Amino acid sequence: MNRRVVVTGLGICAPNGVGLPSFFDSMLHGRSGIKFYQELADLGFGCQIAGQPEIPESLKESYFTSLQLRNLRASGIVYGVMAGTDAWKDAGLEKAEKDRPDWDSGIIFGTGILGIDKLRESIYLIDDKNTRRLGSNSVMQTMASGISAYLGGILGCGNQVTTNSSACATGTEAVIMGMERIRAGKAERILVGSCSDSGPYIWGGFDAMRILPSKYNGNPQQASRPMSANASGFVPGSGAGAMVLESLGSALERGAKIYAEVLGGATNSGGQRGLGTMTAPNSEAVQRCIQEALVDAGVEKWEVDVINGHLTATSKDAEEIRNWSEALGRSGKDFPYINTTKGLVGHCLAAAGSIECVATLLQYREGLVFGNQNCSDLHPEIMNLVDASKIPLKSIAHRPKIIAKASFGFGDVNACVIFNEYKEI
Amino acid sequence: MGYDHHFEQLKNIVRAYLPEDVPEGAIGEDSNFVNELNINSANLVDIVLDVEDAFGIRLENEDMDNMQTVRDALNIVAQKLQDKK
Repeated sequence: MNRRVVVTGLGICAPNGVGLPSFFDSMLHGRSGIKFYQELADLGFGCQIAGQPEIPESLKESYFTSLQLRNLRASGIVYGVMAGTDAWKDAGLEKAEKDRPDWDSGIIFGTGILGIDKLRESIYLIDDKNTRRLGSNSVMQTMASGISAYLGGILGCGNQVTTNSSACATGTEAVIMGMERIRAGKAERILVGSCSDSGPYIWGGFDAMRILPSKYNGNPQQASRPMSANASGFVPGSGAGAMVLESLGSALERGAKIYAEVLGGATNSGGQRGLGTMTAPNSEAVQRCIQEALVDAGVEKWEVDVINGHLTATSKDAEEIRNWSEALGRSGKDFPYINTTKGLVGHCLAAAGSIECVATLLQYREGLVFGNQNCSDLHPEIMNLVDASKIPLKSIAHRPKIIAKASFGFGDVNACVIFNEYKEI
Repeated sequence: MGYDHHFEQLKNIVRAYLPEDVPEGAIGEDSNFVNELNINSANLVDIVLDVEDAFGIRLENEDMDNMQTVRDALNIVAQKLQDKK
């Protein structure tokens, strides 16, 4: 018998809100975190806008020691440590004592590439034949697992401490991996999440692929338009989201508050076969992933109440909606409520899945479904599949039951997780 | 610029690398960086770089190997400054 897994803590470092209260307020009122960045314009980017968390230096001091802050040039580590530490605290958990790790707590915290500004600084020193001047911290800030390593040390976790990476599916995949480990009885608590660095060295490659919007530099808040007829590419973003997953037994024993239950999930790949490629999803795989997640969760298709989609604001949005519709066998007014977080934060890449899961889970706490941004001009193909009433433009009061959250990534990889309102059985 | 002045300069450098539970007052001339001050051995590399910048000298790998205590460091600094003259 699988053990039940619940969410007991949330932490967030998003472009439109650092910390749960600020993020919730922005999500509720549709406040965008997307801005114009002169640096991107100066570098000749087509897309000169982005979503990036704003962190005052003084705030960092409450998360890092002054020694850790010396030469810290990995924005993803800053975001991830802040979100991760906040989630731990939100769950009512303490850092492990000085001489004994918490053997029952682990970390699965993903990223795409970490510490790219540090890496750049290091490359310049090395090319300048000055390798000895790198100091001690270039490795720990640029290794992908730097984020789980920093969090592991701060919290004192003694269970599995690792970093997963599956492009834009990373954050959602981490939730599924953590759930599986707790289900299997190998851990009581796993801090799951993901982070993504900010800046031109992360976003430049996407600009070069011409998949970012270049016509909204003067009105950045209208740029991220998932599901819109005028969607013209995703707005690059960054940040981190974090969740404490916990066995129901441990949560009840501690008297922890429970946001929701993680009922199940699935990850798969389209194998870059059929219409699937390095950059485009194989629709058959997407549908299988959704259906396998439902089977894993023991949920029927009709029970899905709300969807938080991947929906990046590219021409693929309509295809994603068709995949949801076919996978669930539902359309029109029978389609679940659907929203996307990206209209307000952009596409936070490796951090997208976890930031969006945090938004998804806040809906349980508040008894609402967040509204969608910039899609009053729905894409006609989407309108053919889903009744417009199911795509709220403003946050609506609705107590969510089953929520499906999916993320898809380069490499034709998919992840879908199924949450449920927590019920004592 | 005498030995005492060097000690103060070195203390200022080392202070930044102390773990949170080791007070600055613990830094004495006989203190062993790793065993007594509990400085992470990886951070010795950073202390060496800071010392190089502060005194305008260059420390080689064997200097670092010999730099076990604060006094070792002060002696190495004094020797390097002497060699420079």
